[in-house]
Amino acid sequence: MRINLTSVFVNDQERALRFYTDILGFEKKHDVPLGEDRWLTVVSPKDPEGTNLLLEPSSHPAVKPFREALVADGIPFASFDVDDVKAEYDRLRGLGVRFTQEPVEMGPVVTAVLDDTCGNLIQIAQRPL
Amino acid sequence: MFKALADPTRRTILDELTRQNGQTLFEICGRLTTTHGLGSSRQAISQHLDVLEAAGLVETRREGRYKFHYINTSPLQYIVERWPHRPAGPKRP
Repeated sequence: MRINLTSVFVNDQERALRFYTDILGFEKKHDVPLGEDRWLTVVSPKDPEGTNLLLEPSSHPAVKPFREALVADGIPFASFDVDDVKAEYDRLRGLGVRFTQEPVEMGPVVTAVLDDTCGNLIQIAQRPL
Repeated sequence: MFKALADPTRRTILDELTRQNGQTLFEICGRLTTTHGLGSSRQAISQHLDVLEAAGLVETRREGRYKFHYINTSPLQYIVERWPHRPAGPKRP
């Protein structure tokens, strides 16, 4: 068994696609129209055949209270690996991204937490070499 | 306030807010776990923060959708004023 697909709930798929590609640097993989919504996934350019991230519409009523509670406590919905958290923090800050946690050494990993502007907090993590 | 300070986990929370002020619950939990080896649940940390807030030692501020915690040491001034610093003595001649 392996993880083929995972998802984040997004308020607006088009806006999310721009943030996840233009700002975070993922690439669009699937874009299939489904009525009002799209089957919209992105992948890492470093691993285009790897795990798809589905930018999933957040219209279900359960999503809003769930996400608001997570965000209020600063809890990230997903975590992505980067080579250098500090460098990525500086780059993203330069692009206007808001962080709720600056880079901090959490035991053997360095982490930071950013707002994806689509309703979620996302962690970036740098694992030891 | 003395009750709030009596608990070692709560003192550690204040230590971490001294190192970096304005943290989310998630960040505080992460720091306690990774740098102090404290395995408290998020709910337990949240309750500790409530005690510190009731004692006036921690203040919370909402910024948009996030909630940050800040240390406020001004209630501690009361201790210094009640028992002002005196050098030990009298010294033997």
